[in-house]
Amino acid sequence: MCGLCGIVGNAPHWTDGVPGPSVSAPSASGPAAPDTPSRRRERQERVRGLNRVLAPFGLTASDWQAHAYIIATRTGRSEIVDNVAHLWQAAARLRGKPCDPLDPVLIARLEGDARP
Amino acid sequence: MSERVPLHLLSGFLGSGKTTLLRRMLDTPALGDSAVLVNELGEIGLDHHLLRHIDGETVLLRSGCICCTVRDDLGAALKDLLNRRARGEVPAFTRIIVESTGLADPVPILSTVAADPTLRHHLRIGRVVTTVDAVNAGLQNRQQPEFAKQVAVADRLVLTKTDIASAEPIFPVLRAINPGASVHLVMDPSLDVADLLAEADTRAEALAWTTPPSRLRSAPAHEAGVHSFCMVFDRPVDWVTLGIWLTMLLHANGASILRVKGLLDVAGAEHPVFINGVQHVMHQPLHLDEWPDGDRRSRLVFIVRDLSRELIERSARAFLGHVPEYA
Repeated sequence: MCGLCGIVGNAPHWTDGVPGPSVSAPSASGPAAPDTPSRRRERQERVRGLNRVLAPFGLTASDWQAHAYIIATRTGRSEIVDNVAHLWQAAARLRGKPCDPLDPVLIARLEGDARP
Repeated sequence: MSERVPLHLLSGFLGSGKTTLLRRMLDTPALGDSAVLVNELGEIGLDHHLLRHIDGETVLLRSGCICCTVRDDLGAALKDLLNRRARGEVPAFTRIIVESTGLADPVPILSTVAADPTLRHHLRIGRVVTTVDAVNAGLQNRQQPEFAKQVAVADRLVLTKTDIASAEPIFPVLRAINPGASVHLVMDPSLDVADLLAEADTRAEALAWTTPPSRLRSAPAHEAGVHSFCMVFDRPVDWVTLGIWLTMLLHANGASILRVKGLLDVAGAEHPVFINGVQHVMHQPLHLDEWPDGDRRSRLVFIVRDLSRELIERSARAFLGHVPEYA
């Protein structure tokens, strides 16, 4: 991804779009996934899912121009990343250690959220 | 984009017969259009195969194979090779075989290709073949953590020295670490070394990894703390949530997750999806036209080192809201 604009050249990530004959599966280095309504919906769902998981770590995620994600701390420090894998690297930089899905506190919080 | 060249990795401990297997590959006409990257040209004894020296570090063999020495930087060596291929300075090879050093962790080689946009554009990761020495495998397994890693990342395991030691005690060790790789005996006269690098049929591969369930039950942790297990989900998986969970899991615990493979019933998708990852490196997921067997439940197979199966399962349940259960 271009460091200045955050748009040009970001290769699709394996999590982008369900692979299938009816969906243009992202190639290894081909153009980024098309900006279709279904992809936009998917990005919105991803941001929602990320925020559910990032909240216990004091972080937030947002979509940026349908091409990137912004991850931010409560104090406003932020990074722009082009996919969800890079987002975890940025999260680790921002909080000083990785966000671990095996963290018992996170798991307990998510389990609590799921209870009616 | 022209078709990407597969990069196959030949891994195995020092003295496990890796170079002997490589020499056999170089002797195989079907693999004549290969470029082979080795640590030291002198070690493989190419004299009787040699056609000419292209330069100090590259030779052309009579079979048509090119052999190059890798100094320090594999990425640079691969780019140089691709450039020379494009300029017609070396034959237009259709595969690359990289021999890893004996004690090396093979994963950084795969990461080099996956992480570099140029290499990713021209190359794709092919087969990982690991040689296992039947004489010393037990000892290496107990004493060298890299042993389990080399076995875990393999698509094909080649047992060597079975004329000196029985292969029987090694099978359960290999199965406990890697339940999905095919196991071959180098002494087997019917072994076609070209087949070791052949593309796997995705359906057959998915089947080998995710069935029969008994093979994928959590094996007792072996001495190095490596074990494999299979989670079976009782309902379709949400793709976006799975992506969040798995990328997060691999980022935080990639060094302990030697392998993940899965056959998934994705919510809203008509076809099953096959995912395949080696530590931090995830291959592009593939869809299958149909389920390989009658079982349509999502299955995720993990090979982990010193990670709690129960914790991974609980985490998956908390993220995905499912109740994974063992087959």
